[in-house]
Amino acid sequence: MEQKALYDYLLLLGDNPTILGQRLGELCGHGPELETDIALTNISLDLFGQVRNYFQYAAEVIGNGATEDSVAMLRHEHEYKNALLVEQPNRDFAYVICRQFLFDIFHQLLLNELMSSKNERISAIAHKSVKEVDYHVDFSSTWMKRLGDGTEESNQRLTEAMGFLWRYSMELFKPTETETLMAEMGVGPDLSELKPIYMERVNTTLQASKLVMPEKTTYQYGGKTGRHTEYMGYILAEFQYMQRAYPNMKW
Amino acid sequence: MRVADPEIEDILRSVSDPEIPVLSIMDIGIVRKVDKQGDIFIVSITPTYSGCPAMDTIGDDIKAAFKAAGMTAEIKLILSPAWSTDWITSRGRTALEKYGIAAPLEATADKDALIGKPNMIKCTNCGSMNTKMVSRFGSTACKALFQCEDCHEPFDYFKCLK
Ligand SMILES: [Zn+2]
Repeated sequence: MEQKALYDYLLLLGDNPTILGQRLGELCGHGPELETDIALTNISLDLFGQVRNYFQYAAEVIGNGATEDSVAMLRHEHEYKNALLVEQPNRDFAYVICRQFLFDIFHQLLLNELMSSKNERISAIAHKSVKEVDYHVDFSSTWMKRLGDGTEESNQRLTEAMGFLWRYSMELFKPTETETLMAEMGVGPDLSELKPIYMERVNTTLQASKLVMPEKTTYQYGGKTGRHTEYMGYILAEFQYMQRAYPNMKW
Repeated sequence: MRVADPEIEDILRSVSDPEIPVLSIMDIGIVRKVDKQGDIFIVSITPTYSGCPAMDTIGDDIKAAFKAAGMTAEIKLILSPAWSTDWITSRGRTALEKYGIAAPLEATADKDALIGKPNMIKCTNCGSMNTKMVSRFGSTACKALFQCEDCHEPFDYFKCLK
């Protein structure tokens, strides 16, 4: 039973960077300028690298011939536990940056806590990953300010993106049963404790970006328990295609 | 890191980063430990960045180098303690510069350089300090792109990671 909970927890940790990494990968060759194109795909690469560490571990935990590839790519939609935020589409550059920013701030807080996880392997992965995520936070926060405090149009577009994406932010802090159990065991943090720090950091950057927090938001939940938006199936169709068409293929 | 057996150290020294061929893996500082179990050498390496695609190749290259010397090696990937640019040796830093990649600065100076403060990084082509950042994300995860304002050469800068 404990192994199953640990496996589920590793999916909760790994599925966010997987789906966000896939979304960022879609931008390869389509970034608004060379620098940001390279930056977004480098961030994607960092995320997939971190995911490999979680899923190699998950495959060992679940056994039965599972591999990092089968864990990553051979599950059904309802078995993915990523938050709804990361599956939202790349509508325009403002959406890409805003989604990244809302996730990065959370990701950094989470990894900082996981560094002191009682599970040594998770702690080691967090120590490695946090150095990379510090860069991601820098990148997305800088762009929030550049767009928000830029032209009238860039501010208006970012305001629109924030207005749309903010509803998905609070799911990150709503613990599932697995996350509550892991917090009790000292493996993961109590997510609700991270929320006030998150709000403070997001607010600080919003102010510097000449943006305001959206009012009256109806928060959306579901991804972490396997209930996804309509975008998820399309993401998985592309993500899983090669493994489904050529089972057990390797690069 | 030093390896007790000079023959083993030579084998490991012969393996380089596939993306920076002049740089031995011993000088990048990713070889953390060599143990022996029976006839098999267990080489522990640590990735520079989680997503570094060179790690698999480096693992294969180490095994091939041992095999060429009539020995067997296995690779163990360790994540903790996490790699730091401080582990690049002074020989490694010289090799990087010669290859055209500016070696990492200390953390504070690195941060200044990467938020766009000019004249922080020395041009690897002409030695001028009159340089500017073009992109903080470069050709690989570990590098940023700079350009010299005097000789106009673009060059990579190896980012500080601690
Ligand atoms: Zn120059």
